[in-house]
Amino acid sequence: MTDLLLPLLLALPAAGALGLLVAPPRRAERLAVRFGLAVTTATFAVAGWAVAADAATDVEWVPTLGLRLHLGVDGVSSPLLLLTCGLTALCTAYLLRVRPEAGRLRALVGLILLLEVGMVGTFVALDLLLFFVFFEVVLVPMWFVIAQWGDDSVPGDRRRAANLFILYTLLGSVVMLVGILLVGSQAGTFDMVELADRQGADMSRGIQVLAFLALGLGFAVKTPMWPLHTWLPDAHTAAPTVGSVLLAGVLLKMGTYGFVRVALPVAPEGAEVVAPFLGALAVVGIVYGSLACLAQTDLKRLIAFSSVSHMGFVLLGISTLTPVGVNGALYANIAHGLITGLLFFLVGAIKDRHHTASIAVLGGGLYERMPRLGGLLAFAAVASLGLPGLAGFWGEMLVLLGAFDPATELNRPYYLVLMALAGLGVVLTTTYFASMLRRVAQGTSYQAWRDAVLMRDASRFELLVWAPVVALVLVLGLWPGWLLDASDPVVQTLLSAQRVIVG
Amino acid sequence: MSVVQDIDYLAVAPPLVVALVAVAVVVVDALLPAARRAVTGWLALGGLVVAGALLVPLAGDRRETFCVGGGGLVLPSCSYVVEDLTLVFQALVVAGAAVVVLLSIDTVRDDRLPSGEYFFLLLASVTGALTLAAARDLLTLVVALEVVSLPAFALVALRRDDPRAGEAALKLFLVSVVSTAVMLFGLSLVYGVTGHVHLDRIATALDVPGDRTAVLVLGVTLALAGFGFKVAAVPFHFWAPDVYQGAAVPVAAFLSVVSKAAGFVGLAVLLTEGFAPYADVWGPTIAVVAALTMTVGNLAALRQRHAVRLLAWSSVAQSGYMLVPLGAATVGEVDAVLPATVAYVLAYGVMNLGAFSIVTLVGRHRPANDLEDYRGLARTEPLSAFALAFSLACLAGLPPGLLGLFAKVVVFQAPVDSGAGWLALVMAVNVVVGLFYYLAWAALIYARPAGDPAQGPPSYRISWSDGVAIGMTLGAAVLLSVLPDTILRFG
Repeated sequence: MTDLLLPLLLALPAAGALGLLVAPPRRAERLAVRFGLAVTTATFAVAGWAVAADAATDVEWVPTLGLRLHLGVDGVSSPLLLLTCGLTALCTAYLLRVRPEAGRLRALVGLILLLEVGMVGTFVALDLLLFFVFFEVVLVPMWFVIAQWGDDSVPGDRRRAANLFILYTLLGSVVMLVGILLVGSQAGTFDMVELADRQGADMSRGIQVLAFLALGLGFAVKTPMWPLHTWLPDAHTAAPTVGSVLLAGVLLKMGTYGFVRVALPVAPEGAEVVAPFLGALAVVGIVYGSLACLAQTDLKRLIAFSSVSHMGFVLLGISTLTPVGVNGALYANIAHGLITGLLFFLVGAIKDRHHTASIAVLGGGLYERMPRLGGLLAFAAVASLGLPGLAGFWGEMLVLLGAFDPATELNRPYYLVLMALAGLGVVLTTTYFASMLRRVAQGTSYQAWRDAVLMRDASRFELLVWAPVVALVLVLGLWPGWLLDASDPVVQTLLSAQRVIVG
Repeated sequence: MSVVQDIDYLAVAPPLVVALVAVAVVVVDALLPAARRAVTGWLALGGLVVAGALLVPLAGDRRETFCVGGGGLVLPSCSYVVEDLTLVFQALVVAGAAVVVLLSIDTVRDDRLPSGEYFFLLLASVTGALTLAAARDLLTLVVALEVVSLPAFALVALRRDDPRAGEAALKLFLVSVVSTAVMLFGLSLVYGVTGHVHLDRIATALDVPGDRTAVLVLGVTLALAGFGFKVAAVPFHFWAPDVYQGAAVPVAAFLSVVSKAAGFVGLAVLLTEGFAPYADVWGPTIAVVAALTMTVGNLAALRQRHAVRLLAWSSVAQSGYMLVPLGAATVGEVDAVLPATVAYVLAYGVMNLGAFSIVTLVGRHRPANDLEDYRGLARTEPLSAFALAFSLACLAGLPPGLLGLFAKVVVFQAPVDSGAGWLALVMAVNVVVGLFYYLAWAALIYARPAGDPAQGPPSYRISWSDGVAIGMTLGAAVLLSVLPDTILRFG
C-alpha cells in the first residue's frame, strides 16, 4: 500500500487538472475553486500519510534511458513536501473569497494543480532524470499564471516578466540537464540514492567540478543566486497573489533543495572547489538584496528583493559544506517559504484593497486603518528579519555558525569574512523592514484611503487562511529541534564524503 | 552463377504495393467522372493501410534481397535490406503519409486540385521514401532519394492558381538539382577510389588506417550535400519556408515529416554503414552543420507571423537537433548514436504532424493562416486547441510534452557521452530560444478572443478525415509521452 502513496500524491493533482480541462466550461468555472480545494486538501492529507508511513516507490519507466519512477521521502524532503502541499491548499482556499480580477478560475485552478504536480514531484523524485522532468513541469503553468493573471497596470509588463522568468529558468535547467547526463554517463546510473552513496567515486575531480557547475547553474538560477536573480523581482511583482506565494514559498526552494539533494552528494569534490565562489556570491546576494530593498518604492518588489537576500543565507549555509550550515540552510529554506509566503499574502491583500503597492501612494497609517492587516504585516516582517523566537531566527543563526566553522578543506579566515558580511546583511535587513513598517504601517492615513468605502480590514476568512502559516512560524521559532532532528541524519549521509576527509 | 535472381517479394512488398496503388489511382481517376474522383483519396489511404499491414510479418528477423557476390565464407552484399531500422522508418513513413492523405482529402476538394495527379504524386514519393529506408547501396540510395524528390516538385506546383506555388516549386527544384549534383560528384569519387557501390563493401574498403586520401575525404564530405537538402540543413535550408508556404498545407506537412524522415534515414544509413571509418571526417562537419542549422532555424522562427512559415523554420531548427547525435559520432562508436537520431526523428514526426494537422484545419477557415488567427482558439475549439498546444509543448520539449522532452534528453546524451560538450551547450541555448516562439503561439491559443467576445472565432465543423488525422497524431503524442520507450529502443 505504501508504495502507491507517492504515485497517488502526483496523480491526484494531475487528475484534478485534467478533470478541469475536460469538464463542461460553465459549470467548471463555477465549481473550480471548491473542486481545487478538495483536491489540494486531499493531496495534503496523502502527503501527510506518505511522510508518516515513510513511503517509497521504485518502478521502471523508461528502461532505455535508465529512467525509473523512483520516489521517496526523508527528513530533508518531507518538510518541503508538506510546505508545498500546505501552501497550495491555502492558495486554493484563498481563491474561494478573493478572486483575481482576470477571472477564469477554472484555468487558474487547473494551472495551480499542475504546478503542484511539478513541485511535489521535484521533492519526492529520487532519480535524476525524473527530478529534471518535474523541475521542468512547473515552468509552463507558472508562465501562464504570471502572463495571464498578473498585474498589467503597465501594459506588457506581466508578459515581459513571465518571459524573463521562463527563459532564465529554462536556460539554467537545460544546462543542468547536460550536467545530469554527464553524471549519468560517468557513473552509469541516475539513481540519486546510489549516487549519494558513492559520493562521486566514479568521477575525476575535473569532471566533478564540471558536473557541479552545470548542475549548480540550474539550481542557482532557480534559487536565485546573485547575479542570476534579475528575473525574480519582475516575476514576483507582476504575479498575482497566489502566484507570488507559490513562487516565493516553493519554487525558489526547488533550487536550494537541488543543491543539497543533488549537487553536494553527487559531486563532493566539485563542491569543494566551487564552494568558496558560491559562498562569495551568496554573501553578495545577501548584501545586495538588502541594499536593494532599502531603495524600493513598491511593496511587492521589496519583498521580492528580500527573497534574494534570504536565499543568499541559504546558499551561504550550503557553501560551508558542514552539517551545521546545511541544516541551517534547510531550516532557513522552510522558514523563508512560510514567512515570505505570508508576506506575499499580506502585501497582495493590501494591493487588492488599494489597487497599488507603491509605498509612496499607500502612505502611512496601516495600523490605524486596518489594525489586523497592519499587525500581521509587522509580525511577518519581524519574523523575516530573524527575531529570536520566530522561525526566521534559527536558520540564519545556524548558517552563520556554519560559516564560523566551515568544512576543514575550506579556508576558514575567508569564511569568517563572509560571515561578517552576512552579519552586516542581518543589520541591513532589520533596517529595511523597520523602514518599511515606518513608511507604510505607522503614522496617519491619507484622507483618500479614509474616505474609501470598501477599505476593510482583513476578513475573518483571510485570517483563517493565514492562521496556519502564522502558527507554524511561531512553532518553528519556539521548537527548532522538531525540524532539525528530522533533517540532520539525512544531511549527515548526504555530506558523508566531507566527513570521511575530516575523519 | 544464375543471372536471374530470386526476389524476396515479402521484403519488397510495402514499396511495391504503394507503387501499384499509385498507378491504380491514376487509372481510376481517368475512368471515373469528375464528380466521383474523391474516391482516389480513399484508394490511396487503402494502399497505405495495406502497406502498413505488410510491415507486420516482416518484424523480427533481418531479410535481404537483390544480393551479389558471396559464396564460401564471404557473405553476399545486398542492395535491399529489411531490418529493425528499416521497419521503424517505413512505419513512420506509412503512418505519416496516411495522416497527410487524410488531411489532403478536404484540401484537394476545396482547392480544386486534380485529385488523381495529387495522390499519384504523393504515393510515388512515398514509394521512394519506403525504398530509401531499405537501400544499402549507393545507386539505390540515390535513385530512391530522387524518387522522393521529383514528385514533390510537381506536388508543390499543383496549386496552379497561386503564383507562389510555381515560384516555390522552381526554388525547390533548383536547390535539389544543385545539391544532388554535388552529392553525385562526391559519391562518384568514393566509388572511383573504392570500386564498390554496396555500403558494407565501401566500409571495408575505407577501413584502412593510415591510408587516407584527400579524394576520399572530399568525396565523403560532398556526399552529405544531397541529404543536407532533403533534411533542410544549413546551407541547403532556405527553400523550406517559401516552399512550405507556397504549397498546400498537407504537402508542407509531407515535406517536413515524411520526406525529411526519408532524408534522415538515408543519411544515417550512408554514414553509419558506408562511411563509418570516416566518422572523424563527417562527424565534426555534421556537428557544425547541426549547430548552424538549429541556430539559424530558431532565430528566423522568432520573427515569423505566419503559422506555416513558423513551422517551416521550426522544422529547420528541429533538423539541427536531429543531426546532433550524428555530429557526436566518433570512429568505432558510430552505431551508438543511431538510436538517438532514430528516436528524435520518430518523435519529431509525431509532434510535427500534430501541429500541421491543426494548422491545416485552421487554414481551411482562415486562409491567411497568420498566428493572430489562432487567438482564442481554445474558446471555440478546445480539443483542437489542446492538440496544437500539446504538439507545440512537445516541439519545445517541455512538460506536458514529455515526448519531446525525452527525445531531447536522448539527443543531449550523445554529445555529452562523446565529449562534444560545446554542441550540447549550443543546443541548450537553442532549446531556450525555441521555447520563446512555441510558447508565444500557445499563449495566443489560450488568450482571450480579440474584439467582441460574443462573436469570437467561429467554431469549426471538423470533417471525418480531419478528425481521424488529428486523433491519430494527438493519440500517438500522448501515448508516446507516457510510454516513450516504444520509440527510444530502435536503431
